[in-house]
Amino acid sequence: MHYVVLGAGPSGVVAAETLRKADPTGTITLVSGENEPPYSRMAIPYVLTGKIGEAGTHLRKGEDHYAARGIDVRVNARATALMPDHKRIDFADGSHMKYDRLLVATGARPVRPPIPGLNLKGVHHCWTLEDTRNIIALAEPGTHVVLMGAGFIGCIVLEALAARGVQLTVVEMGDRMVPRMMNPIAGTMIRRWCEAKGIRVLTNTKIKALQNVAAEKSRGIFGFLKRREPTEARDTLDVELDSGEMLSAHLVVVSAGVAPNVDFLANSGVKVDRGIMVDRYMRTSVNDVFAAGDVAQGYDFSTKAHDVHAIQPTASEHGRIAAMNMAGHNIQYNGSLQMNVLDTVGLISSSFGLWAGVDGGDSVEIVDDANYKYLNLQFADDVLVGGTAIGVTQHVGVMRGLIQTGTKLGPWKERLKADPHRLMEAYIARTHLT
Amino acid sequence: MQRSLNIDPGKCTGCRQCEMACSYENEGVFNPSKSRIKVFTFDAEARFVPYTCTQCAEAWCMQACPVDAIKVNLATGAKEVHADLCVGCKVCTIACPFGTINYNASSGKVMKCDLCEGDPACAKACPTQAITFVDSNWTGLDKMRAWAAKTDTGARAN
Amino acid sequence: MGWARKILRVNLTAGTVKSEPLNMDWAQKYLGSRGLGTKYLVEEIDPKVDPLSPDNKLIFATGPLTGTMASTGGRYTVITKGALTGAIACSNSGGFFGAELKFAGWDMIIFEGRAPSPVFLFVEDGNARLLPADHLWGKSVWDTEHEIKAQLQDPLVRVSTIGVAGEKGVKYACIVNDLHRAAGRSGVGTVMGSKNLKAVAVRGTEGVKIRDFPGFLKASETAKGVLAGNAVTGQGLPTYGTQVLMNVINETGAMPTRNHRDIQFEGAHKISAEAMAEKRPTDGKSNLVANQACFGCTIACGRVSMIDKTHYTVVNRPQYWGASGGLEYEAAWALGSNTGVDDLEALTFANFICNEQGMDPISFGATVSAAMELYETGALTKEQTGGIELRFGSAEALTQLAELTGKGEGFGAEIGLGSKRLCEKYGHPEFHMGVKGQEFPAYDSRGIQGMGLTYATSNRGACHLRSYTVASEVLGIPEKTDPLATDGKAGLVKAFQDATAAFDSAGICIFTSFAWTLQDVAPQVDAAIEGGWSVDRMVETGERIWNLERQFNLAAGFTAADDTLPKRLLTEEANSGPAKGRVNDLGKMLPEYYDIRGWTPDGVPTNETLARLAL
Repeated sequence: MHYVVLGAGPSGVVAAETLRKADPTGTITLVSGENEPPYSRMAIPYVLTGKIGEAGTHLRKGEDHYAARGIDVRVNARATALMPDHKRIDFADGSHMKYDRLLVATGARPVRPPIPGLNLKGVHHCWTLEDTRNIIALAEPGTHVVLMGAGFIGCIVLEALAARGVQLTVVEMGDRMVPRMMNPIAGTMIRRWCEAKGIRVLTNTKIKALQNVAAEKSRGIFGFLKRREPTEARDTLDVELDSGEMLSAHLVVVSAGVAPNVDFLANSGVKVDRGIMVDRYMRTSVNDVFAAGDVAQGYDFSTKAHDVHAIQPTASEHGRIAAMNMAGHNIQYNGSLQMNVLDTVGLISSSFGLWAGVDGGDSVEIVDDANYKYLNLQFADDVLVGGTAIGVTQHVGVMRGLIQTGTKLGPWKERLKADPHRLMEAYIARTHLT
Repeated sequence: MQRSLNIDPGKCTGCRQCEMACSYENEGVFNPSKSRIKVFTFDAEARFVPYTCTQCAEAWCMQACPVDAIKVNLATGAKEVHADLCVGCKVCTIACPFGTINYNASSGKVMKCDLCEGDPACAKACPTQAITFVDSNWTGLDKMRAWAAKTDTGARAN
Repeated sequence: MGWARKILRVNLTAGTVKSEPLNMDWAQKYLGSRGLGTKYLVEEIDPKVDPLSPDNKLIFATGPLTGTMASTGGRYTVITKGALTGAIACSNSGGFFGAELKFAGWDMIIFEGRAPSPVFLFVEDGNARLLPADHLWGKSVWDTEHEIKAQLQDPLVRVSTIGVAGEKGVKYACIVNDLHRAAGRSGVGTVMGSKNLKAVAVRGTEGVKIRDFPGFLKASETAKGVLAGNAVTGQGLPTYGTQVLMNVINETGAMPTRNHRDIQFEGAHKISAEAMAEKRPTDGKSNLVANQACFGCTIACGRVSMIDKTHYTVVNRPQYWGASGGLEYEAAWALGSNTGVDDLEALTFANFICNEQGMDPISFGATVSAAMELYETGALTKEQTGGIELRFGSAEALTQLAELTGKGEGFGAEIGLGSKRLCEKYGHPEFHMGVKGQEFPAYDSRGIQGMGLTYATSNRGACHLRSYTVASEVLGIPEKTDPLATDGKAGLVKAFQDATAAFDSAGICIFTSFAWTLQDVAPQVDAAIEGGWSVDRMVETGERIWNLERQFNLAAGFTAADDTLPKRLLTEEANSGPAKGRVNDLGKMLPEYYDIRGWTPDGVPTNETLARLAL
């Protein structure tokens, strides 16, 4: 049995390891589209801050980790086509590979919006180790950096750039920061915090175009007037906003969303929606082809629908369950929970599940603007279904525990409504004190 | 023989010697706020519940770590945070449904119970044997384990 | 190291907070907590100040062992000029607040002045700020703690607060932390209330460092072994709490009963530790539900009780159905034997109310018993009591007065005066059973002679916690002495007083002294702080503290004439038990005591003594 795992991110690596445990004799090939050992994108910001070196991003640290498990790692192999009838994958270099069972864990790639000038020198995504090296070269202390997009990934990049001591301006189209993770109150609180830390945050603002700074002189005094700050010698880019303002930058980082890496599946018969559609056994619409991780649109525990949950815990669970099913076990996935944790220049926030609440549900919210603390719990009957926290770091995981076990809170629901910070007490009381 | 922390809340008096011992063992200072074991008090019920990581088989934290910074100590079975590898991303803190791995802002890394390399300071410090370190097969953690299984996202074999 | 070396000065009048370095010279001389806090108070206030004026100060002080792994190392002391006594007041409390204050990085907090309107102090590690407390004023201890935790969004905040009693000027209001641990005596809560200071909330995450961790752990582990192996601290107190004493003291014939008219209580067995553990016929449950430890305590003597839901005090009042601080011996005696009430549930309820509203159950119970005597002798009428039949043995009168006094309402306002003022007001000062205005605790000094000298010379007024010679005279710790003898008691009292001052100033609980001597304490203190702390140095420090307190009282206007006992104990013979026919022979002990202390026959420390102690 030859298992091929396309994609060497967390989902692919966990799948390959699980396959080995579940099938000691099968052949396992782990294929990476990049020319790097399997690494974690999540760790990239910490390379930017200098907390770790590139090796620190590697998903597994032992040099012979994969070899010792009989996992054949192939790098720099970008799939271009899948032919399920022949159980074959073609690669960009013209080679191909046969499989018996295939896991597509190809993840996502950053989206480049159709804005003029995004191809200029000094404009980068923050997605790969290669991007990281480019950003490090440009993001020197004091330089003007414009970050496009304040979504979840944008905010992680923001933290890293701020730590490098750049003069940072964030430009976000939406009405707040991290709109898909935080409600307006929480998103606004994070914004205020960032601004207090010296980061300029522009929401409801679009970047219209980028051009080389040299072009400025031709615009004369009018262009100059719209600047808040004078151009610095190191600035090479002009960033024109739809507000009419002009920013100068040494570096522009684009974080405008991601798209699943599914191009090579065209004509393969694998059904794709926002990601690859998988059932609760991580099977795609095509026999012997499974999908996992950020590329997969899997079962959502909270909504009972299918969604892409591009987070590490889901990626590794997907990988594990897909691998078990590939190896012939029959394991049904209970579904992933939307959850995120974010550190924006020292302010830690997290959200879980249905943080925006449910129809007919109940909720409690405490807003402490002065101290940058926020807690919002969402209930359906006496069960926690979602939560948002800012400035809370201890025991936050129990929100997941309470949501995913559907623990009935009984009298503790009213106690939590009076003081939601007693969450851990409620959790222990309802799970271990009965 | 693998051993586990066995916690009997019925014997706990709420004194916090465990928290003190834990913080000294791990941080070199008496500081319960940095303890990996916490005693929760339920005043109206007069119950005191020491609570820490059960080293659960699901190892949510370990699975969620993007940089392989949490590993199993094969001698003790503990899931240990390797501080030199931890980048402080905190994903494990939201992944652990027990809330027993937590971010330590002063170190910029996460911390959790590591069973003190097989000689847990909390158990040694407990004056009432509410916390003991015993043969895993004898622990009263079964209930907690059963609950852990409930959280498992893929435990339902059909 | 050991000390945080930092004190927080809060000027309530100006609304300012500031950090100051700890005076390390003083720390080396007065150790911490009780001793060091007293030194600051003595240096900073006029001894003649009205305790309730803004010029009085209120100090919360931890010791060098507070917040360490030393068993019971979680204590703090509140030091001020007492509202009840006008003497030095120094009330010690356990629970978790003291350790939290130390973890926040503070040795002590000094409150000065008076806030223009109610405030509470929030200390979050190095940050401290005064916050409005108008919304908390009028709230009980319990509600205040819950509201502060909710307001600060942190269930782990520790709160020390006054209840309504402290706001209303009840003279023996206490300061309660962690719902039912209290700096109980002498009206420290009254002083707090007079300053418009409702509460102190603390969250500490900085931790405590000590001089020599390995040496300390070795010393504290050895000392914990001593506690565990001792019959009192290893078995008696965890199992029965201090209530283990109820039957013992009753049999000794030293149980003050009905305002000290009797010396044994026929109902003692109904309100004893054993009774608390028995299943009630009404609901099949016991009054006692658990024992609870204070911070770091390996003894865990604390009682946690639940009241029978069908008892008249709590019918349809679910706020009293949960578990809360149960009866300790002193409270069971004051609320029970001394008022002649043997209804355990009623006593538990009265005790809950004392915790809930923040008042000292000893002084409250003793004042009720004095009022009962006034009533039974006709000095108080039913009109004056607002219709309450204030007879000895009336549980209803006791519980009704607990609620009224806690809120300063009706005749409760009179009970709130304390027994000295109450008895004087109604023409019978001789019914006041206390010293320097403070009511006696639970040992009749006719049956335990040394306690007479203890009470008479206690710097904070009648008190058992200044030299608990009961340990020697009844329990045989460290060695048995005859409770009815007076010989040697002067030396015994001095030794207990000095050692106790050292224990208190270290930041540990005096109950450890059932098992520990300073031989067990000194190595722990020495490993925690600089300075070379031997047993001798600890004793000397204790003696220095005792004399410092004495000097304050003398300067405040107290004289040797105040080192006395009520006439009843000096002239009315005990009417039953082993001490039958005895009075307290204070006169045989006091001169010798002054002499041993190095004081003049008028009770004033001689210049030689002061020089010897570097005072």
